[in-house]
Amino acid sequence: MSQKVYIAGVGIISAIGNNVGENLASLKDGNAGMQQMERLQSVHKDKLPVAEVSLSNDELCSELKLPNHISRSALLSTVAAKEAISNSGIDIHKWRTGFISATSVGGMDKTENFFTEFLADHQNGDLKNVVNHECGAVTEITADHLGIRDFVTTVSTACSSSANSIFLAARLIRQGFLDVVVAGGTDSLTKFTLNGFNTLMILDSQYCQPFDENRRGLNLGEGAGYLVLVSEKVAESMDQKPEIALSGWCNANDAHHQTASSPDGTGNYLAMKGALKKADLKPADIDYINLHGTGTNNNDIAEGTAIKNLFEGNYPPVSSTKSFTGHTLGASGAIEAVYSVLAIREGLIFPNLRFETQMKELPFAPVTELQHKELRNVMSNSFGFGGNCSSLIFSKVIG
Amino acid sequence: MYIRSASAVSPQASFNQMLSTPAVYTGDKLNCIEPDYSKYIDPKLIRRMSRIIKMGVAAAMEALKDAELSMPDAIITGTAYGCLADTDAFLSRMVEFNEELLSPTSFIQSTHNTVGAQIALMLHCHHYNNTYVHRGSSFEAAVLDTQSLLEEGEAENILVGAVDEIIENSHAIISRFGIYKESESNKLLNSGTDGTMAGEGASFFVFSKNKEQNSIAKLEDVKTYYKTGRKAENIIHNFLMENNVPVENLDLIILGNNGDSKTDEHYNTVAQHLFGGKRLVGYKNYCGEYPTSSAFALWMATMMIEHGKKINNATSPKKILIYNNYKLKYPSLYLLSAC
Repeated sequence: MSQKVYIAGVGIISAIGNNVGENLASLKDGNAGMQQMERLQSVHKDKLPVAEVSLSNDELCSELKLPNHISRSALLSTVAAKEAISNSGIDIHKWRTGFISATSVGGMDKTENFFTEFLADHQNGDLKNVVNHECGAVTEITADHLGIRDFVTTVSTACSSSANSIFLAARLIRQGFLDVVVAGGTDSLTKFTLNGFNTLMILDSQYCQPFDENRRGLNLGEGAGYLVLVSEKVAESMDQKPEIALSGWCNANDAHHQTASSPDGTGNYLAMKGALKKADLKPADIDYINLHGTGTNNNDIAEGTAIKNLFEGNYPPVSSTKSFTGHTLGASGAIEAVYSVLAIREGLIFPNLRFETQMKELPFAPVTELQHKELRNVMSNSFGFGGNCSSLIFSKVIG
Repeated sequence: MYIRSASAVSPQASFNQMLSTPAVYTGDKLNCIEPDYSKYIDPKLIRRMSRIIKMGVAAAMEALKDAELSMPDAIITGTAYGCLADTDAFLSRMVEFNEELLSPTSFIQSTHNTVGAQIALMLHCHHYNNTYVHRGSSFEAAVLDTQSLLEEGEAENILVGAVDEIIENSHAIISRFGIYKESESNKLLNSGTDGTMAGEGASFFVFSKNKEQNSIAKLEDVKTYYKTGRKAENIIHNFLMENNVPVENLDLIILGNNGDSKTDEHYNTVAQHLFGGKRLVGYKNYCGEYPTSSAFALWMATMMIEHGKKINNATSPKKILIYNNYKLKYPSLYLLSAC
């Protein structure tokens, strides 16, 4: 039961790169992905910067040989999941393999275009554009493409969705239900989410400044990230045994408000504390926290206060890589999990871009320059609407 | 794991009503009979909540009350479509007003985890909270997570449920795929033509690791498959073998046939090959067809066991198997025993 769950491979696509190598290079070079909207067709085009994946739907479809009515969420998901499997070098068909994905928008990118015609006349609109509306449909396109059938499911807890898919994978492996799980999440940019966040007045019209005293809000992003999690037995069978494990996780609820975080970040605190307990670690053992750090006034003070209270006297280096990728919603937990794994593997702490002024309520500031340092334990935070808070801890396996 | 309570907001007013005079629907859908929400929810909140949230919250609160549990260790929800009314409201307005003049309320309530989150908020429950959104196996994923969480020792009592709603626009869109027909719900299962009637509902349960005094049934096992190449007979047979339950020990089998001749053939074959001479019942004549209807079937099975214990006669079912296979892509099985 207490056996380790290893990270055998990672895959990612985001505004700062179409694969792991490109993402890592951008993180090292401090190249952010926000710019003026190009692909998304919105009336807010000139006002709200976003972090879009550079590849068009046509380019993604031709690379994957998938038809072009497929949701961008599924295309991004398939690219990243395929990379994770090939990165792991594992023949997934030799094992009991699951695919656990997460998304908050599902096929909404297609549905919102369908709706324009549908609302004019209920018999109008191409049904091909709604057939994959459901979140689960997006997952199935990728699962079918990868040929995974042993267990397939989808989590949706807003912005913490894909952190939950990752620990579910670990739990099911530990319990002997599966040997290998490709777990993570995906979300494409949609007018639905852009306008939703815009009505909440939490979008930054400039490039976001997470954890800054003068932060103004978040930039939306898109992308997908997946990890290949494997059992001890699978890890032993590999040419090179993986050196990083998922050692702790916790899901807690803020139970404060449907969208806003409690002032003290109760849910965030409980999630981080629970993950430490699961990993049997003390706060001082954490070498780096990849923050949820959206750049909104409310998130950053809640998360910062929770860290202040939990890590008092032992503040580890922290940074928000959303300053590179924007907030990729349901994909963010997985994208940042991939970055956390890369941080340990490469011995790097990624900078929090555009940081200027320390928040007056906090006794610590985020890292602003790339740091080279051996990391043993990295915490990754994901918090979302509905008070859904999850924290993951990745650890270097010693011995 | 054990089922301590089961509660449903469904097209049937209550289990007792369903036994004596089930509600009958004419048309192409069955809509929920909604309870008096003021029993469960603060009137100020009721006004702001969409129908699916109210149905989910009411079923959840009733399940907690019946289990005499004030604070669950986890809240796990399954929903295929999520909060359709709020999604539709925001999307329609966004299209009609060309992305201007929008209010955040419906966006805030459109995320798939809203029902689970609202339950947590009302209970001030800071514990584990998760939502599964995988089409015809959304509820099954929630139950599997429940089982796994109990096994991990991270919870003792878990509130788990499923919610899905019919709204006008989603019904109009799904109807264009040609899967619904006009019928009468009490004749649906023998209609012998293509198509079924749409349904909806919210069903919640309290599952616990240990047998409690008020446990109604033991959920011996649950399994779900995704696009498996295996034959249903083979899956069901293995499931029963793994649980050491020969078919003759089953008192009742609840099947997911929905009156669509295209898929009813599948259930008929299973019934003929595996369950000759056994008591078989359908349930979609009571709740209609929807992706998380197996939660209604589990509610019905649990209530039948509870009712059977009360009347305690020879026909009271003590061992029940549920087999549903939504769109023939997600075969799922539940095995229950009376406590």
